[in-house]
Amino acid sequence: MKKRKHHLMWTLIKENARYFLGAALLTVISVLLGFFTPAILAEVLDNYLQGMPSRLPGFVANWVNSLGGREFMRANLWIPGVAIVAISVVSGACNFLKGRLTAIGSERSARRLRNDLYSHLQELSFSYHSKTPTGDLVQRCTQDVDTARRFFAMQLLNIVDALMMVGIALALLIPISLKITMISLMIMPLLFLFAWQFFKLVVKAYRTADEAEGHMTTVMQENLTGVRVVRAFGQAQREIEKFDKAAGDTRDKFIKLSWLDAIYWSTGDLMGMVQTLLTLVFCLMEARAGRISVGDIVVFTSYIGMLLWPVRNLGRILSQGGRAMVSLNRIDEVLRQKPEQDTEGAITPPLSGDIVFENVNFQYDEGGEVLRDLSFTIRSGQTAAILGATGSGKSSIALLLQRLYAPQSGRITIGGHDINQVARKHLRSRVGLVLQEPFLYSKTIYDNIRIAAPDATRAMVEEAAQDAQALEFIEESEKGWETMVGERGVTLSGGQKQRVAIARTLLKDNDILIFDDSLSAVDTTTDARIREALARRSENVTTIIISHRILTLSQADVIFVLEDGRIKDAGNHSELINRPGLYQRIHQIQSGLADELQAHTSQEQINE
Amino acid sequence: MSNTSFIEEQDYTKKFDPGLFKKLFVRMRRHWKAMGFVALMMVVLAVTDVFIPLLTRHAIDNYIVVNEATQSLWPFILVYLVIIILQVASIFFFILVAGFIESRVNYDMRMLGFKKLQELPFSYYDRTSVGFLMSRLTSDVVHLAEAFGWGLVDLVWASIFLVSVTISMLIINWQLALLVLAVVPVLAIITAWFQKRILKAQREVRKINSRITGSFNEGIMGAKTTKTLVREEQNVAEFVDLTGTMKRAAIRAATLSALFMPLVIAVSSIASALVLGEGASRVLGGVISLGTLTAFVSYSVQFFHPIRDIAAAFSELQRIQAAAERVVSLLETEPDIKDTPEVVARYGDNFHPKRENWESITGEVEFRDVTFRYKDGEEVLRNFNLKVKPGETIAIVGPTGAGKSTIVNLLCRFYEPTQGSILIDGKDYRERSQLWLQSSLGYVLQEPHLFSGTVMDNLRYAHPEASEEDAMRAAKLVNADAFIQKMDKGYDTPVGEGGSRLSTGEKQLISFARAILHNPRLFVLDEATSSVDTETEVMIQHAIEQTLAGRTSFIIAHRLSTIRKADRILLLEDGVITEEGKHEELLKKRGGYYKLYTNQFREEAASQVLGKGKSKE
Repeated sequence: MKKRKHHLMWTLIKENARYFLGAALLTVISVLLGFFTPAILAEVLDNYLQGMPSRLPGFVANWVNSLGGREFMRANLWIPGVAIVAISVVSGACNFLKGRLTAIGSERSARRLRNDLYSHLQELSFSYHSKTPTGDLVQRCTQDVDTARRFFAMQLLNIVDALMMVGIALALLIPISLKITMISLMIMPLLFLFAWQFFKLVVKAYRTADEAEGHMTTVMQENLTGVRVVRAFGQAQREIEKFDKAAGDTRDKFIKLSWLDAIYWSTGDLMGMVQTLLTLVFCLMEARAGRISVGDIVVFTSYIGMLLWPVRNLGRILSQGGRAMVSLNRIDEVLRQKPEQDTEGAITPPLSGDIVFENVNFQYDEGGEVLRDLSFTIRSGQTAAILGATGSGKSSIALLLQRLYAPQSGRITIGGHDINQVARKHLRSRVGLVLQEPFLYSKTIYDNIRIAAPDATRAMVEEAAQDAQALEFIEESEKGWETMVGERGVTLSGGQKQRVAIARTLLKDNDILIFDDSLSAVDTTTDARIREALARRSENVTTIIISHRILTLSQADVIFVLEDGRIKDAGNHSELINRPGLYQRIHQIQSGLADELQAHTSQEQINE
Repeated sequence: MSNTSFIEEQDYTKKFDPGLFKKLFVRMRRHWKAMGFVALMMVVLAVTDVFIPLLTRHAIDNYIVVNEATQSLWPFILVYLVIIILQVASIFFFILVAGFIESRVNYDMRMLGFKKLQELPFSYYDRTSVGFLMSRLTSDVVHLAEAFGWGLVDLVWASIFLVSVTISMLIINWQLALLVLAVVPVLAIITAWFQKRILKAQREVRKINSRITGSFNEGIMGAKTTKTLVREEQNVAEFVDLTGTMKRAAIRAATLSALFMPLVIAVSSIASALVLGEGASRVLGGVISLGTLTAFVSYSVQFFHPIRDIAAAFSELQRIQAAAERVVSLLETEPDIKDTPEVVARYGDNFHPKRENWESITGEVEFRDVTFRYKDGEEVLRNFNLKVKPGETIAIVGPTGAGKSTIVNLLCRFYEPTQGSILIDGKDYRERSQLWLQSSLGYVLQEPHLFSGTVMDNLRYAHPEASEEDAMRAAKLVNADAFIQKMDKGYDTPVGEGGSRLSTGEKQLISFARAILHNPRLFVLDEATSSVDTETEVMIQHAIEQTLAGRTSFIIAHRLSTIRKADRILLLEDGVITEEGKHEELLKKRGGYYKLYTNQFREEAASQVLGKGKSKE
């Protein structure tokens, strides 16, 4: 894994600095403006209504005096009203702009994360995708991105907001009365600490609750995808019990969370309200002693109201910031995975030459050796077949040829070029591989077949489908070529999927074609037709067929018998059936029937 | 078959339908008491909220302005403390109980849905994708439960607060009260206008968001295929387009929201200004007290909160209407295959079987004049007749789409005949319970499904009580033991999600062993060994011969070697049995079976004659 210099959060903030800084500036302005309204109120209450001295700053006071001072204002009480409206309009405008800037910053960050994740996932290796559970990755790409986005959209600037609030409030309140300010803010640090500590607890409880929910989702998903098995074994009752346990566990964890929530919010409110009361009572006592005015009380109580919420929220913001950090870390874990990379000066030679495996050793990350010291040659234009027991390493050969995995030692060359030197994308675009369990995209059948050859014409697509023996079922289906398949479309049978996958591979331009047991789900007649079409279509294409069916293998120019990762035998059909070995044994099993039939035939002839 | 993406996104513009929510509300009867309690707490909270400005007014008027130093502050403090306690208590309880309701409604709805899903027949699953069902029981239910718990909270608080403030203001000074209320219609109009548009914009965002999730899903699940086809760049280009659309829509929605709040605050500041101007001159005139003025100023500031909350609660209801619709429709789906009340009375239902009343199955099967079509499909079988003796092995061969799988699906009662009947041991299977039949089935599919857990867990899926030895014996019988032993933890190796760590062939073997351990009376093998190598298959053949002795079994296979020892082979073409008999008999007939069969080595024989592999053409 690559190490990143800064935390991903910092990178994103820096990238969108102009939006976030702009928003922060606007926050400062609107917070400042927010303090004016209570001050105006205090001026009206104390100065105009009770005849106390003005507390307006010098130049404003001078301006008011030039108009006619207290008497003038008493006669024109609409002026402070207009001032209040004006302030809220200006601060509203600031808030609106701040909202928009924050939205732009956070959506840009989210988009960047999504794009990076998606393209990175496309570039990550085959083995990474083999060992990483889909659900986990999807969650990182969706929910974690959303947590980060929400932090940027809602919480990031609230930190500025809360800090500004406290700072300005202190600056304004202390001149009025240091004593009351101290008393008014007494609970604040406590409230803040409480909020922070508690939110840490809540976050932890959330995590366990989320995990329980995730487990429940898995139980549900397994049940639904395996519903046929559940039904066939009459296990509905046990599945319900299993689900009940998971769902009940989720419920209980969330109920526990409700307790925490209830305690947190009510205690926070209790502290806030007690603080307000305390301030109020002290203000009243001070006012009685003549040390402060009614206006001061209004100022104090409203400022405290303005302060309590953000300070209390600060705990939440910080712990959600923590959550966002965790989410970004999870995203970063994916982004730091090393993608497949070609060595410098990767070549893009024609790949129609001989395929040579030289002493290839290969094993998957986990698990034992698959291929051992494997060497063989397939001549250009030949059709080669591979036969072997389950787990003998047949599929690995196919995967190695597309450089989806790399051998631990040994060399694979095509036309004399070590494929390790060949650019991956070039190699893969020239080597057509049909996987055993192919994936279809959520597109129409037509687009699925065209997927690797976007320039193909309608006629070419139809021809490929015809050759893959897929044309018939496509045209017979209700919506024909426009039938949606994949996740959100109709479910095709295993054989239909295989044929669509064959069609889309045939449609692209191939030097080498590999069928990894891709005909297992079609009947023998269809199998034969496909191979016939293949022979017609790809005369000069080197073809490798992996299959269990002797019939499928028998026509190959050379057949390799693979046992425990080694070539045990090689030759053509007539050679192999004449010497003892796996091929002969299987042939006997599969066509022992033939003799039987011949026996029949000759019997009949004798009878005739 | 449905296209879930459409279902997911449609119906958002429908009119608000209270009936839908009523249906859910009635189903959640057991939470009414708790909901009533939450409502009560909200009333307490709203009323006490109204009292606080009144208390401040009292303090200003009585303790400062009048300046009666003798008057004690304690009554004020005490009353204030009582209000604090009431408020804190009601906050504590409403959060707690609303949380309870949310979690419990979540649970209840999920259980209802899950149980329903366990009853729904396969035809339902054919039409509905797993992803669609998953989001019904996850996100839809979550939204609804949230509304049940919290929707009430906002609505009750907001309305009571609104009413109480209005009353309180009218009592204190009706002229000033009217000034504040004058702004309300403006606020209401602004709110309605914005909520509608915000809702629409957010809908758009969610719609795109679900497409993004879909793309991620596909990008990850299809990553391997994408690599083999070198499709990475096009995929990324398509995706970047999508996130661009998302960005624009999300910014549009956020801008609308950002405009709404400042506008509301600005409008309500007009009320504050009016109150301040008018109130102040009244204070000067000695008509009202200073405290009254401050109380009115606080009210005018607080007034827009409830209006906003009510609007938000309504748009939330509208937002989740589609979720309500989908959950209700799931809960109300009636399974097409259902045991009659008489059958349930005698044999029990799927969840409470009365095994003591179950007859044991000898395995005689008869299809009597069975006609069948899939929903909205063509007829697959017409007047199909078949009689199978107990213990007989029936093989079904024929081209793709001939109806082979349909026959076994009908036999398993995953579907029921459209016309005609299927008799087991001489009695229509609809006269017995589904579970009675399905408990005696051994069913092995071409695309086997394993559950996450260890190999051992999977082998013992239907019989957790079986001993490890028995499970291993079953595995040995199908030759799965060898590869299982080779795995790092042997039988305790986890198989991964859906068996993802195993190859198809290995999964087939394990699911075969699982069926054997089940010790069924009826065996169904639907292309069960298509991905297994030939030698293993031969071993399975022997296993089948041993284990199937005395059991009725149905085998579907392409490989003729799998079926040649069957007691009877049926050649099925377009839903009709065109040939029937033992392997040798059918060969003698020189008909369709013979053709199908000889195909397998005709080419082979030709290549032998022609010599070295020139047979490609």
